[in-house]
Formats: sequence, structure tokens, C-alpha cells
Amino acid sequence: MSLLDVRSLTKRFPARGGGRWLHAVDDVTFAIEAGESVGLVGESGCGKSTLVRLVTRLLEPTDGRILFEGHDVGAIPAARFTHTAARRRIQMVFQDPLDSLNPRFTAFDTIAEPLRRLGTADERTGVTARVAEAAELVGLPRALLGRFPHQLSGGQQQRVGIARAVVLRPALLVLDEPTSALDVSVQTVVLHLLAELRQRLGMSYLFVSHDLNLVRLLTDRVLVMYLGRIVETGASQDVFDRPAHPYTRALMSAVPALEPGERRMRVRLAGEPRSPIDPAPDACRFHGRCPDGVERCTREAPALRQAPEGDRRAACHFAFDGAAALPTG
Amino acid sequence: MSGGEVDLLAVEDLSVEFRTRDGVVRALDRVGFALRRGETVGVVGESGSGKSVTALAILGILPPSARVTGGRAVFGGLDLLAASPRQLLEYRGRELAMIFQNPRAALNPIRPVGRQIADVLRRHTTLRGARLDARVLELLARVQIADPARRARAYPFELSGGMCQRVMIALAVACAPALLIADEPTTGIDVTTQAGILDLLGELARDQRMATILITHDLAVVAERCDRIVVMHAGHVVETAPARALLARPRHPYTARLIASTPRAGAKLADLAPIPGATPDLRAPLPPCRYRGRCERAADLCDEPPLPRAEVGAGHLVACRRPL
Repeated sequence: MSLLDVRSLTKRFPARGGGRWLHAVDDVTFAIEAGESVGLVGESGCGKSTLVRLVTRLLEPTDGRILFEGHDVGAIPAARFTHTAARRRIQMVFQDPLDSLNPRFTAFDTIAEPLRRLGTADERTGVTARVAEAAELVGLPRALLGRFPHQLSGGQQQRVGIARAVVLRPALLVLDEPTSALDVSVQTVVLHLLAELRQRLGMSYLFVSHDLNLVRLLTDRVLVMYLGRIVETGASQDVFDRPAHPYTRALMSAVPALEPGERRMRVRLAGEPRSPIDPAPDACRFHGRCPDGVERCTREAPALRQAPEGDRRAACHFAFDGAAALPTG
Repeated sequence: MSGGEVDLLAVEDLSVEFRTRDGVVRALDRVGFALRRGETVGVVGESGSGKSVTALAILGILPPSARVTGGRAVFGGLDLLAASPRQLLEYRGRELAMIFQNPRAALNPIRPVGRQIADVLRRHTTLRGARLDARVLELLARVQIADPARRARAYPFELSGGMCQRVMIALAVACAPALLIADEPTTGIDVTTQAGILDLLGELARDQRMATILITHDLAVVAERCDRIVVMHAGHVVETAPARALLARPRHPYTARLIASTPRAGAKLADLAPIPGATPDLRAPLPPCRYRGRCERAADLCDEPPLPRAEVGAGHLVACRRPL
């Protein structure tokens, strides 16, 4: 049994003008195993955040199932999810540490809050010890626990955010761009901390970012999303080394390289993304921006197909060098 | 500088202080660098290193709590730091332009973006009426905004972050400035959009021989886009060199650390080394070298003032007594 099993998950929002729908997440299927770290990459507007909010049960799915530790949590209304046992098993770390901390809470109160809200009776009596333990786990000096967010540095703020997320020992930690607001020096420290915490606590990660270069460092597998759909999945290093989908190639080649003069061939994306409002069901969503697009792409939407070898899938007619790929399920 | 060409902008010994409730923050201490026409110079460093303060000081738009305590910023013969507010008004928008990190916050939220571009043109050019409108659409098309006629009537909230940044660029380059300062222009923007915006800035620099100061915390961005790199730490310029030389052989220990902490293709997490310590408190008494407390090469001679500035190669300056 997978820790998280998402099947044909769909979320549509009513669009302006009435009768039309914005397809934010469209027929998304993936799983996260216990202890596994999975990356979710794609540009803004691709549905990453909606998918995260569905998985963390802040939004109601339109269709599809979300199984967490075997329970169908997708069927529970978002407002009632807080009162379920699964709530404390899924925690989140946000992008901007300062924005996501209560300015009137000390570091201690911030870390204690999940214990007080979601903890067992036992946990609620031992708050001080548990907060101290969480602070130690994330390398936050105990002397800083009495400070307010504005009295902490960016790196310390993010440590508080991580301590809050791990204090209940969740099974799944959702990391939404956890380092993009931080300086590289601090980013490195936080990445090391996250890698170490996963080992020590045996958590699974869903690591959301638009930077494949970072995702690669911290994940086993990666999901590439484009306009509501997963367009490629596979082992992170594999996808990074040999991207199969033209969108993944474009994403990869856009990551700035530290070596001057050694710039890889840039795959330039023409135009703007298609509208996510009632997209043509028979056209590839990447068509129009795709450097490889042909007429067939306008009348036949490519399915997410399994590669001939390895645990690799891509939603492109021409992925895997035109080799006869087998359609999945 | 080689080639005998005069500098477009020469910043010399620029020092800036902020008065705060908790004392005087010595934000910049004798900062110096120069750039020529058409050149792109990257300024990198952690937050609090003084990158943005340098830009604001050059443009004369520092907040009231700041005071320039010394130095010059000579632009086309005029010292911008000594210029009158009237003179600066003429220069800003026409000769000097700036784009900011958060385009949505920098644009006027209740004015259509086309009008905002027209405002700049009306202030600095003689274009009026139909010719003014045509120029606005031309500029929007220049920054690769599809359907400019429709987009010109849009308010900032109706445009994506990447599109707002393109509008900001159109605004900034409306009068073909000689110098553009781009302060974290792509931070928080997708890598694909970032690549497009940086391509655009590069094209404008080439076509109009516009000099660009690209301020960012992302060393990989400057490595890829800049001719020269200025590395700042705690209000000091610690190293400046041609991009290639700096990355191939950094001489300041801080630069080396910065490079080691930036993810490269193929590197593993274990290869990324953090930079020890934190930037010092700029209100407290400081040693001549502000990196002293974080530096693994520090020795007694580092406490002897003043901070040296040694030329270790062609156009390669390093402010360190024990360079690598």
C-alpha cells in the first residue's frame, strides 16, 4: 500500500462568464511510497498549488480519489478533515517563512501550536519538552525560542516553519518552494537539513518547485506538470539527464548554468501557454509552444505512456525516440 | 579598463549609512566599480550585502533615513551623488532606468499599463497623440507581449507576473536609457519565464548598447548573463573580475564559498557546502575586513587597516590580505 495514492484527480473551478470551467488539475494519477521523496515541478499556473491544496485537503476535488494510508481522505469534506486522524499525518512547509509565521507568536508558540491543536492528551501535557526536541531536530538554538519572527533571520524563520511541520512526526511533508525565498548560503543549509530530517524521521516528501536543479538534489522521483496534467514522470536523475517530454527539455535548458560558455542548447518556448479554461479535449496542451509539434498533436491528445524500459512515463507522441511504447492502464 | 574607452558609470568609494533606532548601520563602505556602454555587470551577494542600496544611491532614491557619507558616482561627466534633484529628474527615466523585483508592486495598480508607459514618454519626449499611442504599442511588442493593443488597456492585476515584468522593462527602456539597473528582475519567476526575460534584457543591451547592472542573489544567473561580476559582502565589494576569470579562479574566500554553495548540473547535495556564519551586524564596530568572522583563512594580519584592494589579474580586484 502506498502512503499516498492519487487516482484520476480532477479539480475544475467555475470560470468567469458562466458555464465555462478552468481545468486546474485534470486526471492526475500518482503515488508516493512510505519514505519516498517526490518532486513536483512546473511553471506557475500549471496546477501545482491546486494539486497540493487537494492533497492537503484544503480544497474539494471535482472528481477522482485521494487515498492516504489506505483511507479515502478525498471523500471527506475539507471542513471536516481537520477533525480526522489523517490531518496530523500531513504537514506543510511554506515558501515564505516570514509570511507563514504568525507575527504575534514566539518561535515556541508557533512550534507548540500543532501540538495544542492536533496533539493527543499526552502530547498536550508535554508541550515544552516536545517543542525543545523539535527545535533541536532542526538546529534552532533554544535561546531563540522566545523570539518573534521579525527577530529571527530568514534561515532561522524557515527552521521554525520546519520545526512546526515535524513536531507531530507526520508521515507526509509537503514542501512548497521551501528555499526559494532564501539566500544560497541559507538554502544549502536548509536543503541539508531537509535531507537529514527525512532520514531521521522516515518521512515522505512532496517537494514542489519550479527549479528542477533543486528538485533533483532532494527527490527520488519527479512529476512534471503542464497545464493541469502530468506530462512526465520518472527517477529524478533520469529525467534530469534525459528529459523525454519537450516541455521538460525546455524547463531543463532554462535553468541557468554556473559554467559560463558551457550553455546547453536552449529550447525556447514560443508564445504563451494555452488557456486552462475549457481546453480542447483532443489537442495536446503543449501544442503551440512545443518546438516539435505537428498536425497530429492538434487532433489527438497524447496519453501518459510507459517507456520501453525503466519506470518512466511521458505524455508525448514522440517521446522515447518514437520507439513503440506501450500505453499504460 | 582596457580599450581606452571611458566608463559610462564609475562608482568610487561610495559609502552610505542608515540611521535607525538601534544605531547607525554602515550599509556601504567605499564601494567601487565601473561599467562601459553595452556592458552587463552582475552584482551578487547575500541579502544585506548592500546590492540594492548601491542601486538606490546611484539613482538618488535612497529612503530618508539613509545618508551618503562619501564617494562619487560619475555618469557621463556628472556626479549623480552631487547632482541637484532637478538634474536627477531629467536623468531618471531618460538616461537611467531601473526595474524592480516585484513588478506588480512597482506598477500603478489603478492605471492601465499602456497609460503608464505613455506617462514616461510624455515626460521625456515630444511624442503626443497617435504617435505616442503607436510608440506604446511598439514598446509592448518589443518586449514580446502578444496582442499589445489589448494588453495596453489591461491593469497590472490582469497580467501574469512575467508579463508585468515585461511591462516594467518596456517602461524602463521607453526612452532608450544608457544605463538600466535591474534589481532581482526574475526572482520568484519561473525558470522558463526567467530565461525569456533575461534574453530580452540581453537583446536590448546589444541593440541599444545599453549598459546593465544586474543585481541578483543567484550566481548562476550572472555567470550566464554578465561580462563582469561584482561580489558584495556586508557593504564591501570583496571581489570584481571578468565573469569567466571569477568563476574559474575565485580569489576571495567568500566568492569561493558562494560558488561552492550554488547547485550545478550534475552536483549532488553532499557537494554543496554552506557558507559558515552570518553577515555581521553592521551597527557594531567592525574589523577592516567584514568577512573576518566567517573566514577560514583569517589571520592576525587581517586586523590591520585598511582593507586592501589588490589587482591580481586583468580587471580582477580582490579585497583580501590572504587571497586564494
